[in-house]
Amino acid sequence: MAISADTQEETRNLLQQAGYTFTFLSDRPAEVIRRYDLVHAHAGEGGRDIARPAEFLVDTSGTVRWINLTENYWIRARPGDILDKAKLLQ
Amino acid sequence: MAIRRFNWPLWAGFLLALIAAFSYFSFFVRFPITRDFPWANLLLFLLAAVLLFVGIRQGFARDRAHPVRSRIVTSIVSLFSVTIFALFVFSIFVVGRWLPASTGAPHVGQKVPEFTLSDANGKQVSLNELLTTPIEGKPPKGVLLVFYRGYW
Repeated sequence: MAISADTQEETRNLLQQAGYTFTFLSDRPAEVIRRYDLVHAHAGEGGRDIARPAEFLVDTSGTVRWINLTENYWIRARPGDILDKAKLLQ
Repeated sequence: MAIRRFNWPLWAGFLLALIAAFSYFSFFVRFPITRDFPWANLLLFLLAAVLLFVGIRQGFARDRAHPVRSRIVTSIVSLFSVTIFALFVFSIFVVGRWLPASTGAPHVGQKVPEFTLSDANGKQVSLNELLTTPIEGKPPKGVLLVFYRGYW
């Protein structure tokens, strides 16, 4: 599941272009992003607050099992690595 | 005898420097192996540097028809190429690191805050719902939360 400060319309456009089928949520005011301490202040279009890249693997009890906070936004977690970590969830 | 010839290595070097910079954002960024470290682009820059080196030697040769003009053009084109390289390195290795530390983000072993947000179709979705709604008749094992920068 993916979260950004994009509007629903921007998210719809992304889903149409990229063909993703998992859930995308829109957090325009960056409230949830703030609660997770992931705000990248004024980094969006027109100086809006957006999310810094981050990935959390959460088990069914809501507990974090794995986290990736990149230090450079050009470097992201790779799908294969995440699938490996997903084996932690049983 | 003065030879008037087109300094193609210089211009090819400049063009290649441009391609080296822009191909990262338009092409190489799509593949993790060329995105995480821009070695493909640095290799293209290296080739551009070789071409520019040959071009500079030609541009500063004594047998140019217009030696002064040739030297000015050669210097400007080289300077632009070096600037393109510097801007590329700056945006990948410096600007890319301008991220907040996020020390307050949930750690491994901690519970994540519950939330409800609307999806792309305006439907309200909660984290708890995603953690409990069966997928193809089986209970989910967990959720991957991906925060992304979005349109910027």
